[in-house]
Parts: sequence; structure tokens; C-alpha cells
Amino acid sequence: MLTFMNNSDSEEEPCNERTSLMSAESPPVPSYQDGLQASEAGEAQAHRKRRTGSSRSPNNVADGDMSDSSVPVRESASENEEEELTLKYGAKHVIMLFVPVTLCMIVVVATIKSVRFYTEKNGQLIYTPFSEDTPSVGQRLLNSVLNTIIMISVIVVMTVFLVLLYKYRCYKFIHGWLILSSLMLLFLFTYIYLGEVLKTYNVAMDYPTLFLVIWNFGAVGMICIHWKGPLQLQQAYLIMISALMALVFIKYLPEWSAWVILGAISIYDLMAVLCPKGPLRMLVETAQERNEPIFPALIYSSAMMWTVGMAKPDTAARGPSQQTWDAAEDGRENHRNPSHADSRMSEARGPVPTRPITSFEELEEEERGVKLGLGDFIFYSVLVGKAAATASGDWNTTLACFVAILIGLCLTLLLLAVFKKALPALPISITFGLVFYFSTDNLVRPFMDTLASHQLYI
Amino acid sequence: AFFWLVSLLLSSLIWFIAVKASDPRDEPLQKGLLIFGVMFSVLLQEAFRFLYYKLLRKAIEGLVALSEDGCSPISIQQMAYVAGVGFGLMSGAFSMINLLADALGPGTVGIHGDSQLYFLTSAFMTMVLIFLHTFWGILFFHGCEHRRWWEIVAVVVMHLAVSGSTFCNPLYVGSLVPSYLLMAAAAAWAYLLSGGSAQNLRHFLLCKS
Repeated sequence: MLTFMNNSDSEEEPCNERTSLMSAESPPVPSYQDGLQASEAGEAQAHRKRRTGSSRSPNNVADGDMSDSSVPVRESASENEEEELTLKYGAKHVIMLFVPVTLCMIVVVATIKSVRFYTEKNGQLIYTPFSEDTPSVGQRLLNSVLNTIIMISVIVVMTVFLVLLYKYRCYKFIHGWLILSSLMLLFLFTYIYLGEVLKTYNVAMDYPTLFLVIWNFGAVGMICIHWKGPLQLQQAYLIMISALMALVFIKYLPEWSAWVILGAISIYDLMAVLCPKGPLRMLVETAQERNEPIFPALIYSSAMMWTVGMAKPDTAARGPSQQTWDAAEDGRENHRNPSHADSRMSEARGPVPTRPITSFEELEEEERGVKLGLGDFIFYSVLVGKAAATASGDWNTTLACFVAILIGLCLTLLLLAVFKKALPALPISITFGLVFYFSTDNLVRPFMDTLASHQLYI
Repeated sequence: AFFWLVSLLLSSLIWFIAVKASDPRDEPLQKGLLIFGVMFSVLLQEAFRFLYYKLLRKAIEGLVALSEDGCSPISIQQMAYVAGVGFGLMSGAFSMINLLADALGPGTVGIHGDSQLYFLTSAFMTMVLIFLHTFWGILFFHGCEHRRWWEIVAVVVMHLAVSGSTFCNPLYVGSLVPSYLLMAAAAAWAYLLSGGSAQNLRHFLLCKS
């Protein structure tokens, strides 16, 4: 899901470029929410089974709170201005999202092309029990469809479970789950990844050095993601986590199942976010009712978020607002993967030191930014990585899928600016990506190869 | 870039269908089909450039309507330039990237009697095409803006000429030299259309303010 973070209103805000959107006169803008990629919380098991799920929390707590007090009279004029500003800032946000998505894809493609480990078939996850080594095409298709059904149902079950946990305020459980999965991701998978990279380049490394490196990497990652850290470091960790997850998927999903799963998951995303009874939509609404930021976990945010307590003038309200803030802290849930807790961290809670407790007059401020769920990162990278791995070694296909995904992301952001509510970010991009993958692999490649062999240019 | 990609997709679809429907052993027929495919692809690219122009026009109108002072933050000339660069980059990437990947690996250029200069000429040809796409973008949009159809026709003819000249490969003098000449002409033309002049150029080169 893509989410816009709007600046909340604040009375004594000095007017500068950042806060010009939140002038006291203009009515508060409803927060934009992008489609949430529901990520299933994956079990942190030693068998490396994972499901990627990223949930993006719609960022609309304070805005939802304030939107009741909007003045309808100046609504239209400010709305127009708001739209224009949206478009202006929209372009900047598109770029802010392009960079991390591109980086993630680059990491995945570079690893796939160089490290042989991730393209070898070494078994499958238990979520995809049916093998694809069958003699007939029909059987293979059937197996892949069955695999997809199992995977999607697992994802649905996990999401519903997560929503229930959130509804019944089992924050501790969720928090623990998140920490466990991010631990596994940061330590175990990084260890394996590093091991494979070192093997590929035939670099010797002794165990003490390895231990030191991995320990530092993992510990800093945990702190950055679950506590505070510089924004860019959080973003970098999130990108790395997404890339690792995507690599695991690419390795352990059999070929046809991977494509069918990609298609099915974008349909699921569409339904989960837009249908009234969809789990993600219920999640969003529950969080809105409670005025909490939903799922700061598993979200990549492109701008700073200064999480402050809700504005309550009297000390009597201190208790609840403090509690709300704590609940918000704990209420991070991994939709899909606890390992995506990292994305949550990237929500940039970094540079907010001690303000929350003391300043109760401040509303929740956020710089206008966009949030994208980590699951989206992961599935985009899976698509491009699979294209790089299986498209007969052709770079054109990879490039075509890359461009298609970015254009899909652009379109989704455009729709976000138009509709101003949470939107699923997967369907359009994945559809474009799949269409371009299959068409480029089968149609364009022979054409370009023939042209290149005769050295003709079009 | 996306639009170029879509045009490439459609043109290769046509070619693919044509090839599958024909006899694979008939050499001259295959060559003829290839030539047909190339020409058709060129025409399709220009058609998509036109479609892209239409889309950008609508976008500019929207931006103007929303902006405070009635003019859009980006001018049509800038958009023309960006569109040209996008087309050029995509076309260049698709032409070169497999070559570059192969160039990393072990191998000998032209071992079966082909030209030794394959990589070099491919690089130059790609470069000239990227530049040409950029200039054509500017010329094309300018022609659409001011309703000068002959400019548009000139762009299409130039594109066909450049693609056609590559049929002379591996007689590289037949393809590279005309392409570079055309590029110089298109560059000068685009420069003049964008408001440059010999005087501007002199000022720039001599670093006068």
C-alpha cells in the first residue's frame, strides 16, 4: 500500500515550505493511504520458510482525528490548492519511491546474476508442497495452481490472525513476533547471503571476523528498525531486508508457481484493500477508530515522521495519550513477515528523541511523504529477479520488467493523488510486469536477437 | 521509455506472427520479413512518439489549470527533450545491453569471418541513435506544436533513412557516416528551433556573460 503522510495542523507552526501544507486556515487533508500489502507474518523457523508480507500502515491517525473539525466553507478553494500541492509534491514523492525500489531491484538482480546459489533448486518451502518436476504440462500447471492456492490461503489466514490480534489489542504478542522474525532475517539470512557471496568470489574469511561483521550488522539493524536510528540507515536496512526476502522467494518458489503466485497476490491485494470486509481495510479502519498509527512496521517511509503524543491540553488526558502513543509503538504488526518489522522501523522514528513525552501540545507532525509497504518492494523484486534468473539470460527482459514496474508505480501514485485513500500498490505494477515479462521473453527477444545478429538498428 | 517499449512490443509481435506464418527455410523471404519488420517498427515508434505528445499535451493543460500563475512548471520544450532522451535511452539500452553482457565473457570478436569491429561499430551506432532520438523528440514536438507537418514528416523520413542505412552493415561506411551526418544536421536544426543561434553559441564557448 502506498500512503501519503500529510502534515497535520498545528497552530503555531511557522510557515515554511514544509509546513505550508498545514496552515491553520486550510482544512486538514484526509490522509492518503495506499494499498497495503498485507504481509503475512512468516514463521521464524530454521527451515527458512517465509512469506513475505508487507503491510503498510496507513498513516492517518492525527489526520483522521482532525478531519472532523474541518471548515467546509473554504473547503473547495483549499481543496484545489491542496490538489495542486499534492501534484507538485507528488512528483517528488514518485522520485522518492523510485530510488529505493530501484535499489532493491538492483541488489536482487546483481545477486541473481552473480551468485549461483540463488538460482539452484534446492528444495521447496512447505508452503508450496507440490513439485513441478512432472512429465506433463497439465500436471505442472495443476501443481502450480495448487501451490498458489495453498500459499494465498496461508497469507489470508495470517493476515486475518494479525487483524484479530490487533483488534483484541494483543500488542505484546505482535511485538514479540516482529522482533523474532526480524532477528532471524537480520542474522540468519544475512549469514547465509554473506556465505554465498564469499563463496562466489572465492574470498576467505575467518569465523571471528564473520561473527563480528554479522553481529554488528544485525545489532545495528535491530536497533535501527525497532527503536531509533538515522532515516537513511533505516531505509537502507529495509531495502536490504526486502532484497533478502525476495532472494529467498526466488530461490524456493518453483517457476510456474512463482508467476501464478505473483498474479494471485496482486488480485488478493486488490481485494484485501478495497473490499469492505477485506482484512487490510478492517485493519485500517480499526486503527483509525483508535487513532493510532497502523502498522508502522513493514513500511518504508520516504520522509521523517515525528511521532508525538496527541495534543491534549490538560494533564488528565496525559494518561490516555501517553498510552495511545505506547500502544502505537507496540502496535506494529507484520502483516506478512515478522521479518518485515524492519520496514516498520524505517518509518523513521529516528530523530524524535524525547519530545513525545513532554510536549503534549504538539500534534502528530509528519513531513509530507509517501509510505510504501515492504511487501510491495519484495514482490517487485521477486518479479524482476525471476525475470533475470529465468529469461534465458536476457537482460532486455529484466530491463523491460523494471520499466514496467516503475511505470505501474507511477500510475498507482497518480491514482493515490486522485482518490486520496489507501490503495493497493501491487496490482497495476505486477500486471504490467507480468505482461511485459512474457511478451518480451517470447516476442521481443527473437526479434532483437535477429536484429543484433545482422547489426540492424531500429 | 515506456512508450518506446510498447511500440517495440507491438512491432515484434507483428514480426513474430509474420515469421511464424512463413517458411523458415526461405532465406530471402526471411530477410524481406526482417526488413519489413524494421520499417514497420520505425513507423510504429514514430506513431507512439505522437501518442506520447498527445498525452503530454493533456498533462500540460492539467498542470496549467492547477497552477497559481497560469503557466506550467515544465515547458513543452523540456518535455520534448525528456521524451527524446527517454526514447533514445530505451532504444540504446535494448540495443546494447546484451552486447555488453556478452562482452564481459570469454570470446573472440568476428571469429567466423565477421567484422572485427563489431563491438566498436555497435557502440558508435547506438550512440548516434540515442542522440538522434533526442533531437527527433525536439523536432517532432516542435512540429506538432506549431502544426508544421513537414517537420514531422522529415523526422520520420530521417528515422527510416538511418534504419535503412544499417542494412549496409557490415559495410560500416554506408551506415555510420550518413547517420553521423544526419545527426549533425538534426542537432543544428533542433538547436535553432530551441532558440539557439550562432551568437549564443559563441557567447557560450567564449564564456561571455
